Amino acid sequence: MLILDNIPALLVAIPLLMSAIVSVISSDRIAWLFALLTTLVCLFMAYELIDIVSAKQILSYAFGGWEPPWGIAFIVDSANVYLILLVSFISVIATIYAHTMLAREIAVEDLPKAYAVWLLTIASLFGLSMTGDAFNLFVFLEISALSSITLIALGAGQDRRALIAAYNYLIIGAIGATFYVIGVGYLYAATGTLNLLNIIERLNELGTNQAAITGLAFMLAGIMVKAGIFPVHIWLPAAYSYAPSAVSSLLSAVATKVAIYYFARLIFGIFMNITQLIDFFLLYVLMPVSVTAIFYGTIAAIYQTDIKRLFALSSIAQIGYITFAFSLNSHSGVSSGVIHIINHALIKGALFMAVGIFALGIGKRATMVSLRGVGRQMPITFAGFVIAGLALIGVPLTAGFISKLYLFKAVFETGNGLFVAIIAISSALSVLYLWKIFEVMWLQEPYQPLKIEKEPAVAYISLWLMVIAIIVFGIYSNGVSSSGILAANALIGAR
Amino acid sequence: MNVIYLILSNWNFIAVIMLMMAGLYIVISNQNFIKKLVGLSIFQSSVFIFYISIGKVSGGTAPILTGIADTIYSNPLPHVLILTAIVVGVATNALGLALVVRINEAFNSIEEKTLLSHKIEDSRHEFEKGDSWK
Repeated sequence: MLILDNIPALLVAIPLLMSAIVSVISSDRIAWLFALLTTLVCLFMAYELIDIVSAKQILSYAFGGWEPPWGIAFIVDSANVYLILLVSFISVIATIYAHTMLAREIAVEDLPKAYAVWLLTIASLFGLSMTGDAFNLFVFLEISALSSITLIALGAGQDRRALIAAYNYLIIGAIGATFYVIGVGYLYAATGTLNLLNIIERLNELGTNQAAITGLAFMLAGIMVKAGIFPVHIWLPAAYSYAPSAVSSLLSAVATKVAIYYFARLIFGIFMNITQLIDFFLLYVLMPVSVTAIFYGTIAAIYQTDIKRLFALSSIAQIGYITFAFSLNSHSGVSSGVIHIINHALIKGALFMAVGIFALGIGKRATMVSLRGVGRQMPITFAGFVIAGLALIGVPLTAGFISKLYLFKAVFETGNGLFVAIIAISSALSVLYLWKIFEVMWLQEPYQPLKIEKEPAVAYISLWLMVIAIIVFGIYSNGVSSSGILAANALIGAR
Repeated sequence: MNVIYLILSNWNFIAVIMLMMAGLYIVISNQNFIKKLVGLSIFQSSVFIFYISIGKVSGGTAPILTGIADTIYSNPLPHVLILTAIVVGVATNALGLALVVRINEAFNSIEEKTLLSHKIEDSRHEFEKGDSWK
């Protein structure tokens, strides 16, 4: 089968090609339809990919018939096949959501071009999650950065501060990407190859090599910027809070997750043989940084009055949970990190979607003041918002509970009481900011009678699809948890 | 003597480090958004020189088949990579400059300090608008 054999290439090529086609269409409805069809095709292909990978274990796709050490290869194994499915699933739902939301937030004549950039972002996310070539990753990293900066800057129609947020992301992102390239240069000087699988072999032959270690340090620093890991996260809150709501729900759900996946792959997959250094990095760098991220993000969110910025700050805390799970350096830690990547993508995507619908309903930015009493006026959106919010805390029967369960399991395995306390206290703190929003929206009276616009039905559907996914993954957790365990097997081996 | 020899024989790497630090310093310290982009360009260019330096094989010629046996060629791959990276750098700069134009239209300034005060003003305005409903 021509299509089935070339799925890894097509997952990138189809959105890329369609983006070029969509950019010359003048009708925004047709542009949206093309975007939706593209993402649906990608979802189908990602689903087919699971069957192929479960049969073959590891799928290495060589571009243009150039075999891997020389040509560029895409690698799909059980560590990233679920990430690809997640990206395609979220992109379908976010595209449905964009139909009504994007049209009301940006100028109509910009819409077709916005969908073109939207597809470019999705193509680059697929590329990032599949590529097996260190330099190729940089190219996708930059495509993803430039296209998401363009999408963030589109928020300027509503709030001019989006431009500064986009500019800051551009500068910080470019420095991060350049750091990554420096690292790849060192690694290439040391090993003479760019293929990730080949780098592992060469590093085994070389043993501890100064240039390779320097390269690793630069690469990790660069990826940390893209992943929004704590000390280099500063672009994230402003970028997500001023972007159009469809864009923030897509980016917050999957853009950082893809970078975190590659971060884990670098640590556990590529450099695992420089054990001493990796152990040092995980224990003395990543763990303190993650704990700080968890508390900084949560406490900053408690004092935040702008709802979108609040959830962006909470994203930093949640990314902190994921990297904390990785820093435990155990099989259960990595698997709980992967499980949280999947669940948090669903939860945060749903939350940003709900906030976008609220903001559209009241016709201004969603803040603690403007949202007073809105919950009673928009009950269907509010119900979805509450379920997603409870999932963020980790209440049973939601996907968030499964994440917390596996995280606690991983933490209990270490036998360190302090870690248990960190997770428990920070979860309790996250109740505070969510309760604050629930209280304002449901229990408090608005200062002025609210004039609610009719709630957009299409946006409902996408929000509730996400919420249903959250509930389903909370009750039937086997799928997500076994994918997490399979991913951990592929990343750090069944140790 | 050894140190001088080391510096002189690796002068291109010294240049890389100097350019890199100069570029990064400009990006961090400068208030003007266009000057920041210039700093970013310098920073990225230093990486280009770094890549081209590691591609050089001592005694190697340009990697074009000469037909003579036992010719030592320099490594062409870093050059190819840098060609890609230059294109990426151009795209980054173009987008950055486009954003600066839009920022200038929206705020009438591209100085970080002025923009910060505009941003604070916007936030206060938003807050007061919400609060005045009482």
